[in-house]
Formats: sequence, structure tokens, C-alpha cells
Amino acid sequence: MTSLDRRLRELRGSRRALVPYFVGGLTKDWSQYVHGAILAGADAVEVGVPFSDPMMDGPVIQEGALRALRAGATLESICHEVASSAFDAPIVIMTYYNVLHHFGLARAAELLATSGISGVIVPDLALEESDAWRDVATPLDVATVLMVAPSTPLARVRRIGAASQGFVYAAARMAVTGRASDVGDAERVVSAIRSTTDLATYVGIGITTPEQARDAAQFSDGVIVGSAIVQQILNGADTTAIEAQIASFRRALD
Amino acid sequence: MTQRPIYMGPPDDGGHFGSFGGRFVPEALMPACLELDDAFRDAWRDPAFVSEYRETLHEFGGRPTPITYLGRLSQHLGIEIYAKREDLAHTGSHKINNVVGQALLTKRMGKRRVIAETGAGQHGVATATAAARLGLDCTVYMGEVDTVRQALNVFRMELLGATVVPVTSGSRTLKDAVNEALREWVTCVDDTHYCIGSVMGPHPFPWMVREFQSIIGTEAAQQLRERGVGTPDFVVACVGGGSNAAGVFAGFANSDAALVGVEAAGGSAVGLGSPGVLHGMRSLLLQDDSGQIEEASSISAGLDYPGIGPEHAHLAELGRARYVRAGDDVVIAALQLLSELEGIIPALESAHAVAWLCAVAGTEVPLGSTVLLNLSGRGDKDVAQVRSILRGES
Repeated sequence: MTSLDRRLRELRGSRRALVPYFVGGLTKDWSQYVHGAILAGADAVEVGVPFSDPMMDGPVIQEGALRALRAGATLESICHEVASSAFDAPIVIMTYYNVLHHFGLARAAELLATSGISGVIVPDLALEESDAWRDVATPLDVATVLMVAPSTPLARVRRIGAASQGFVYAAARMAVTGRASDVGDAERVVSAIRSTTDLATYVGIGITTPEQARDAAQFSDGVIVGSAIVQQILNGADTTAIEAQIASFRRALD
Repeated sequence: MTQRPIYMGPPDDGGHFGSFGGRFVPEALMPACLELDDAFRDAWRDPAFVSEYRETLHEFGGRPTPITYLGRLSQHLGIEIYAKREDLAHTGSHKINNVVGQALLTKRMGKRRVIAETGAGQHGVATATAAARLGLDCTVYMGEVDTVRQALNVFRMELLGATVVPVTSGSRTLKDAVNEALREWVTCVDDTHYCIGSVMGPHPFPWMVREFQSIIGTEAAQQLRERGVGTPDFVVACVGGGSNAAGVFAGFANSDAALVGVEAAGGSAVGLGSPGVLHGMRSLLLQDDSGQIEEASSISAGLDYPGIGPEHAHLAELGRARYVRAGDDVVIAALQLLSELEGIIPALESAHAVAWLCAVAGTEVPLGSTVLLNLSGRGDKDVAQVRSILRGES
């Protein structure tokens, strides 16, 4: 069991988790957004490491990734920023497999661990291909969070639930990241996951408003909010505005 | 007694060719990839399916395509060149072999719609054609830049009843069209099949597309036998993703023929790339120091792809096939030469294979060698571009 597993299990006793997503390197002061989010009630933060071909992301996060790449963001620069920021909440990196693969799996795991990063979400790393990465990450206490989709049959949910670390990412809908008007199939997906594992289960993909977050929190352990926040930053929102947005999600969950 | 290895057999259960291939897709798409794997294995064992595939390619696709001895070019270069005439297949290239197979499989799986990516439009036109023939809905994703460069092919697809969606993300070219098709597939995987156009993507696509294209090599081997030529010394094909090369190589992988894939100099994944993961596969890719994918650049849109099919990466690693490069300048000259000497205007893609032969006849390809040249497509689509290049307009 990784430290992230334990931390998020403990949290379950007190409140629903709020996990906002920020694109690493999107702005010069991106780590200030993360500090602000934690102050406003985020329980863990997903930090995106941009990739040129983000096949699981919709237009908002694609745009964020493109801007961050143009500004020179890399796995190393983002990890160094995390390491020097000493955030007061677990940080989970969200990136695509080629970024880790190209850096070298063992070297990447080492970099994440020494930067104080608790886990990773790698949406294009399917369970069947994940052994090589987990073999180097797990011993360094870097959790590999796996995703369950509405299309995942129960037998696969069981295998994913058994292999996931930290939490299980419940994809609310058959879609890439982006804004949506409801919580989709999330309840069915969460219930399938819960029948197979007692890991914390967080709902993401399309959580856009505090009302949707409240809906999802009725049947899950927490929510992941990405595009709705990144859109505000792309529009030029400052840290105060983002803190206010995070606080409104916090209030909806409590 | 030492046993010769068997080349170009099926991949392992996870779709690996050595260390390449595999399935690197979001969980939402994994069930569809697993379902497709089962459906293809089942269909490819079913004589009724195989016979319908062959019959459709015969009656509708114009197969078998002939072998043409290129007498004047042979004399010019001092080698014996036989061309496999995929340029004479319906829609003007080998692409029809794959799309007929996948469209029949789509119906067999009970799906009603196909989506596809396209660069120059060849695979998009072929997919729209097969969809029309079999009564499937069809949507094609095409980079916005390419929809402008290849406006006539957009119109062709529309004539065939397909919807063309311009892709405005990323570099707005082929690799972004693949990304967008994958994103779209996540939302409609229940009733839609993603008809990938080359030997790339997650398993089972690289293997399945090679199997549907292997009809090229199987036919060619038989035709050369019947002509008394036997096994050629060289089998040469252009390579972007690598479907025509995989198809023709499959007929000769376990013969003594040397296999040569000719990449575009500006899209040379074997020559200039390194191992990486993109579009669902581990293969050789053009990428920068941080693992960000780089743009390919070639005169020929069909070779404008920063990766290569994983089985080619494996064949290169094993040394069973060799991958070489041809630059834009020599490709135009080769296109002119084949047109003037043989009365065949090749596609710019196929002209890469001709250009390599012109460069190495008498050296790497010794005088008197017998060569099977896969002419993967015809040049009608390229004449406007070639005209403007020869007139110095671009």
C-alpha cells in the first residue's frame, strides 16, 4: 500500500475529496494557483505535464498543454517546481506515457519520488502495459492511479480495482476531458468499482459545476475538476479568482 | 540443424512484435480493442468471411492487380524491375484492400458507422468508398491544413456520402487527425468502428491491417512464380505508416528476397526516430529531447507521419528489412522518369521507391538484380502539386 492510499483512506472518514487539476508550466506562477487551491480546500492536486498529442484531452486542456509546451515546460521543470514549492497536499502527476518512457521509466520514477510527488495518472497506459512502470514506481512509493470507464466490463473493473493505487479514477462518461452538463454514468461506474475494491473512488471527466460535484459526492469519495478550472486560467483568471472557484466546489462538497 | 526464424507471423497475445506494438489506449477504448481482436481472429478463420473479402476485392476492387515488367526503366538502370500495380486498384491505391476488410468486419460486428483519419485524402476516399458500397455511415477526420491542400479529395469524400470534419487542433495535419479520430471514437465506440488507414495504432490494428494488405504480397509471389521469375532479389516499397510495404513484404518475408522500405527523408522514423509511444503503439517516432512528437515533413502527404508501424520497427531491429530514405528532390525526378519511360504516373509516395532504385542501381542493387517494386498508388492526385513544383511555383 502506498502512502497515497493511506492518506486518501484516512480522508474518507472526514470529508469528500476535492482534487483540482492544473497544467504545469501554463503560466510562470502556476505553482501559486496550486498553493491557492490547497488553501481553498483542495485535498490533493493533479498537475498535468504537457504532451504534444494528448489523446484523452478535449480542447481546453489541449490548449493549456500547447501553451505550456510553448513556454518550455518539461517533466523536469515541473517536478523541480513541485519539489521547491513544498505543497501542503499530495501532488499527483497527470501525463502521457511517452513523456515517462522517453525520460526512462526508472529515471522518471526516481525524479517523481525525489520531488515529493505521490502518484501518477497516465491515461494511455492501459492495465496490460503497466507492469514495467509499476515495477519501478511502486518501490519508490509513487502510486499509479488507474481509470475505469463506463465501457469497462465488471471482470476488468475487478482487475483494475486490484491493481490501482492511491485511488481509482471513475470516468463519468465516454468522452475525453471537457465540460459537461451532468455527471453522466458516474454512479454506475462508482458502484462497479466499489463492488471490487475499498480504495477511494473519485469521479472525473466532465465535472464542471459545484452542483455536479455535489451530485457526484452523493455516491463517491470525491471529484476531480480539470477543464472548468483550466478554462478560467486560460481566460486570465488570477489566483484570487481560482481560489474563489475552488472554495465554491469545497462548499458544495461539505 | 539450425532453424530459420519465421518472420511476419502473428504478434503475441498483447499485440507485440518483439518490444514494439502493444495497446496504449485510454481504458474507455480497451474493451473495443479487445472486442475487435476477438472479432478479427474469428472472421479471419471463417472461410465465408475470407471469401466475401476476396470476392469484394475482385468484383469491386479490381483485384488481382497485374505485375508489369518495366522494360525501358530496367534497361535504363541495368536491373530487372517488375512492378506490382496497386495503382490500378479501385480508388487508385492499395488502400482499398484494408478498407474493404475493415468495412466487412464492421458489419459483422453489428456496427453501423465507420470513422477514419486521412492525410492527403487517399485513405479517407477509400473508406468513404467502402462505406458507400456496404451501406455504412462514414465520418472522416482531416487536418484543416490538409483540407485546403487537398480540397478535391474532400469533395470526392462528400460525393461518396461521407462527412469530412476539419481538425483544428495541434499541427492540423495527419497526426492530429488520428488524435481527433481517437477522441471521437471514445464517444461512439458502441456503434462505430475506427477504420485506421495503416499498420499502426493499438493492437489488433497493425496486425489486422497487415493481414488485409498481405494480399499484395501473396498475389505478387504467385504471379512472379507463374512468369518464371521466381523469388526476386529485392522487394522495394515506400513506407509512411507502412501498410503497402507490410502487405508486399508479407509475401516474401520467409524467402531469400531482401526487403527494403523507403521512407521520406523528412519523415524517417526508422532513420531518425527513437522508441516511443504514440497513437496506441510503441514504435519508432520522431520526437524531441523531452519526448514531444515532432512534425514530419515530406513532399508526399501520405508519408507525412512522425511514426512507423510497429512491425516495421521490429523488422528493422531484427535486420530482416532495411529502411532507407529518399529526399523530395530525387522523388520528383523519379516520378518524371517513370512517367516518360513507362507510361505510368506514380503517386509521389510510390515515387520514393523508384527514386531509391535510381540512386542505388549498380551499387547496393547490383546490375542484373531482379526487383519487385510495389507501385502503391497512382499519381493523378498529385499532378497539380507536381505541376506547380516543376513550374517553380512552390
